[in-house]
Amino acid sequence: MPKVKVDGIEVEVPAGATVLQACEAAGKEIPRFCYHERLSIAGNCRMCLVEVKPGPPKPQASCALPAAENQEIFTNTPMVKHAREGIMEFLLINHPLDCPICDQGGECDLQDQSVAYGRGHSRFAENKRAVTEKYMGPIVKTVMTRCIQCTRCIRFAEEVAGVEEIGAIYRGENMQITSYLEEAVTSELSGNVVDLCPVGALTSKPYAFEARPWELKKTLSIDVMDAVGTNIRLDSRGRQVLRCVPRVNDDVNEEWASDKTRHAVDGLVRRRLDRPYVRRDGKLVATTWDEAFAAIAAVDHGGSIAAVAGDLVDCETMFAAKALLKEFGSTLLEGRQTGMDYDTSSLAAVNFNTTIAGTENADAILLVGTNLRWEAPLVNTRIRKAIKKGAKVFAVGPETDLTYKVEWLGADLSVLNALPDAVTEAFGKAERPMVIVGGGALKGAHGAALALVDTLGLVKDAASTGSGQGWNGFNVVHMAASRMGGLMLGYAQKAGISALHDAKLTFFLGADECDFAAFGGFKVYVGHHGDKGAHHADVILPGASYAEKSGTWVNLEGRVQRGERAVFPPGDAREDWTIFRALSERMGKTLAFDTLGELRAAMALDCADLAEPGLVTFPWSAPSLASTAEGVMQGYPIKDFYLTNAICRASPTMQRCSAELLHGETFAEAAE
Amino acid sequence: MSLLDKDRIFTNLYGYQSWRLDAAMARGDWDNTKALLELGQDKIIDVIKASGLRGRGGAGFPTGTKWSFMPKEPKPDRPNFLVINADESEPGSCKDREIIRHDPHKLIEGALVAGFAMRARAAYIYIRGEYIREAETLFAAVAEAYDKGLVGKNACGSGYDFDVFVHRGAGAYICGEETAMLESLEGKKGQPRLKPPFPAGAGLYGCPTTVNNVESIAVAPTILRRGAEWFSSFGAENNRGTKLFQISGHVNTPCVVEEAMSIPFRELIEKHCGGIRGGWDNLLAVIPGGSSVPLVPAKDIIDAPMDFDGLKAVGSGLGTAAIIVMDKSTDVVRAIARLSYFYKHESCGQCTPCREGTGWMWRVMERLRTGDADISEIDMLQQVTKQVEGHSICALGDAAAWPIQGLIRHFRPELERRITERGGDLSPMQEAAE
Amino acid sequence: MADAAIIPDEAEVRARWGAFAWTEENERKAKEVLARYPKGREQSGSIPLLDLAQRQVGAETQTQGWLPVPVIEYVARYIGVPYMRVYEVATFYTMFNLAPVGRYHVQVCGTTPCMLRGSDDVFAACKNKGLIKGKTTPDGLFTLTEVECMGNCASAPMVQVNDDNYEDLDYDRTVAILEALERGETPKPGTQEPGRHTVEPKGGATSLTAMVAENHDYRGEWGNTAQGADA
Repeated sequence: MPKVKVDGIEVEVPAGATVLQACEAAGKEIPRFCYHERLSIAGNCRMCLVEVKPGPPKPQASCALPAAENQEIFTNTPMVKHAREGIMEFLLINHPLDCPICDQGGECDLQDQSVAYGRGHSRFAENKRAVTEKYMGPIVKTVMTRCIQCTRCIRFAEEVAGVEEIGAIYRGENMQITSYLEEAVTSELSGNVVDLCPVGALTSKPYAFEARPWELKKTLSIDVMDAVGTNIRLDSRGRQVLRCVPRVNDDVNEEWASDKTRHAVDGLVRRRLDRPYVRRDGKLVATTWDEAFAAIAAVDHGGSIAAVAGDLVDCETMFAAKALLKEFGSTLLEGRQTGMDYDTSSLAAVNFNTTIAGTENADAILLVGTNLRWEAPLVNTRIRKAIKKGAKVFAVGPETDLTYKVEWLGADLSVLNALPDAVTEAFGKAERPMVIVGGGALKGAHGAALALVDTLGLVKDAASTGSGQGWNGFNVVHMAASRMGGLMLGYAQKAGISALHDAKLTFFLGADECDFAAFGGFKVYVGHHGDKGAHHADVILPGASYAEKSGTWVNLEGRVQRGERAVFPPGDAREDWTIFRALSERMGKTLAFDTLGELRAAMALDCADLAEPGLVTFPWSAPSLASTAEGVMQGYPIKDFYLTNAICRASPTMQRCSAELLHGETFAEAAE
Repeated sequence: MSLLDKDRIFTNLYGYQSWRLDAAMARGDWDNTKALLELGQDKIIDVIKASGLRGRGGAGFPTGTKWSFMPKEPKPDRPNFLVINADESEPGSCKDREIIRHDPHKLIEGALVAGFAMRARAAYIYIRGEYIREAETLFAAVAEAYDKGLVGKNACGSGYDFDVFVHRGAGAYICGEETAMLESLEGKKGQPRLKPPFPAGAGLYGCPTTVNNVESIAVAPTILRRGAEWFSSFGAENNRGTKLFQISGHVNTPCVVEEAMSIPFRELIEKHCGGIRGGWDNLLAVIPGGSSVPLVPAKDIIDAPMDFDGLKAVGSGLGTAAIIVMDKSTDVVRAIARLSYFYKHESCGQCTPCREGTGWMWRVMERLRTGDADISEIDMLQQVTKQVEGHSICALGDAAAWPIQGLIRHFRPELERRITERGGDLSPMQEAAE
Repeated sequence: MADAAIIPDEAEVRARWGAFAWTEENERKAKEVLARYPKGREQSGSIPLLDLAQRQVGAETQTQGWLPVPVIEYVARYIGVPYMRVYEVATFYTMFNLAPVGRYHVQVCGTTPCMLRGSDDVFAACKNKGLIKGKTTPDGLFTLTEVECMGNCASAPMVQVNDDNYEDLDYDRTVAILEALERGETPKPGTQEPGRHTVEPKGGATSLTAMVAENHDYRGEWGNTAQGADA
């Protein structure tokens, strides 16, 4: 714990801290471009120079210099000022200063820092360097003349995304950042380089020229594109969400977001259900809320009512539907649309117990039937971190590129019945072993994977880890944002969704993935997009997307999180819980909550874990299941990363990503 | 005192005789090297320290002290490495080439002795890519040494296993910077690393590494054979030994020659270079240590001792002892502008001041060359050099700044003359920037 | 001007070079190269192997050689390194030609030491022979490049043509060399100064004169100065 003095202020910093961190601890702001907390240190922008004693008689890059005992650091001497102003001038001489037409304007590090260190006029009488744009794919727009060669994007691609497709070619003043041969970057995380870029060299292609940051209303929300629960900020103007950016949450997404999280938002204004519909003579026709409700109230269900939760819905919606069914004595609730019927008697046995952040600490990992790169990209990045610390990774399933080195054990799940020696050996030595079971393997291998808890010693109490904390290395990866919340609210039947097929009246809560033909009764679709579910419905009640309601979601590790409403639903659409509240009155069983607050109070009584945001710890217990694994996996559940739900299927950006990145289509304007 | 041939280390400097092993052994190389190794690691380092040998690559850091930084007990998974810098690319420098093509066994024997002293597992000789024939010679010489058991397993029968590998670069001045060289050896772009950590802690492949110049390594066996006192009997205090001087430019007979350190400039030129072209009165200025050091005007250099301290005293440096002589026919602004172009061309592009500054400085220099500038731009250029100097990751930024600073310091009237004669306050032409 | 030579990546380059693989001889050399580096450090071979590949392309095209993208990719696969990393290396180092060059790559040093000794005349000679900087002559024989200091300063000015250096040049000597190359001859490399051996002063060595005639052993003249070994 070295003690250093920053401008006379004494601070103590953790061992291994840098001078820059020491300065921040002392409350001194250090300008920087290349330095980023989550990337390796490059030290190339030279903006963070400070004067350090003892040391050479020239300024030092504080981002790369370790803080040492009794160091004296100066951040405001003439030497430091001269150095920073010099660097700023160098950065600006070849920068186009096209701020008025630059999308980074208003949130540009170079713009901000030039206010403090710029000289106000240019002494550079030569021509400025011009650099041609580089194609990087459908997400990232480039204006490379603005690039200040900080290499954050290169480091992100290599270190976090694991896709070494961005680099700097040529050298000296001709050095240029580019993707390999100007091909699209094949990462699900490519959009993050837009946030990382300190200038306007890499900007968001779908968001190009849409808005200025100061025009936007910023709403804190939770992403629903997968079950990671990425913390996001929705930036909206008027009734439209214009962009989605990640928020920092070290427990969940650090500060990253997948491209789907970021860019599916343009699907929020397309194919929307903005008024109720009823089916008349086989055709869906627009109608009023009153008539739609009347049609539902007229169904003679006799208490045979079911609700199917879609992948994106919030707990409030599910609870409201559940409450309505309860009024009629029904508990026919299910969220696993594709027919999964794994045992849910112990939620710990279907939870990601190690936690997302905890994954980094694992030292041996066995992936069972999961393509994490698509199913939970931001869990995948944590595995990369674990590997960097020395973890070994094995996988059962069809071989695929997970962005890191994996020892593949084949696609036959039965390998779990007698694991190869290499696996047992690695796990024998492991102190923090992890097994991660994907949705694709739950059917054939849930029991066998649970059996590994004992044979591989996945669950340890605090006493045996010696770290003061226990370790639970059994994990299931869900892909639906609604899944854990749904399971907590009882959206699971022993026989799976087939138990609902005979219901006389079924509510589909944004459910688009089920086999609708198997449902014989009256189908009511409550949701926001005219997708598969709406096509099969007898009545459509237009609801709100995740951006249009305040909701609670539980991510795959059991973390209860709340998002706020960014915009209002379009047209006649309403927040889903209010729809059920209104419908209950028409059906003669008025629900006992009139406000969101009352609903949440009632939900907390039903499921105490949902009362407050935070990580729910499910006490470990494993159901006794047949422990023999069988079946050969033919593929992973997600066939197209970019088109997994109704919102992204409606998104032009996601359609283009799918066509270009997964199906090899080329686009004429690509060369711009 | 003048250096006698018997005290010259590189006796086959001009390649009159064969570089091959048998010829080299006849000249005294590989003569009972085992006995040198039997001195023991610490003793070898002590002798080198006592000899006063300072690094011959330019910075002049005491070689023995550098070797002593290496871990005394390397771990099996983190062996020590010796990397020999044969990436001779500094304009004016052409000595390592002569060692490699005419006396390669001095280098290989030195690699063994130095590598042994610093407990290294292997030496990598990083030779610049353009030295194609030279590399061929070096590869062949190393193969000869392996064949005779001089290096490799049980090198020279000493019981010490030591490999010598040759690695060719591919055209990048910056790889002469020690950490850029390590990056390049690892197969990457030659971009200097941040220090700390220093190579002695984490160098090649993250292992402790010492990077030494070819000449520093190649003189080591002779120093050990003849003793520290012999070597330190040449040159002034703190500037000991013999040195390969490379004289280019406007002398009558440019050459490479081994002389005693601290030899006065005039004596060196008179003795070996046939004097200045057109006589001593025709001398304009000298860049005494390779392109990276400031030039020295004639009056200051003529009697200066050619060593680290003597040249520092005249505002320059010994560098690699690559002496570029310019007579009065020289377009001195063009000469320096061409160096600015060199640094612009060779900047790796990693850090801001060097990447942006070298291009800017060269463009202004080009305009100053033709007088297409404003008087105030001389001061501006001086300020820009000060903004580059000391702010970059490696010393290339400094090296790019110093020649210009030297020019402005000593030839400001010439710069001003060109501007005034052209018409002074003409606005700069726009074609200057490509 | 931050856009240097555009890397040809048209279908025809892929078609021509897509099947590139080491010749038997070069496969042996490539293995020799990799043997120099510790296991797991195959990336260290990127520069020597790119050079080897460029030479193989040169042999196939009767030129100095260049690095088509499929060849760069072949090298990357050979050492198990992402394409981008090897591509960066290929663009960073000046000796890798990213576009085809002529049979003789005439690389004239233009840096100050050569400039002081008359590299302008060398360039003039090249120009008058029809060589244009950065271009290949229409007959495919010569590509002219201005290069930075080649370390031949004591025998400046100089030119490197493919693997050989020609030093102590002037206008006429440069023309003579180019014409000899045109005729398919290989001029004697090294200094072109009559009577000069290498980098000794013109007119005869001022030191080590005993070495001129015989492989002189100076040890007998050392005297008793040995410290460690029994010399």
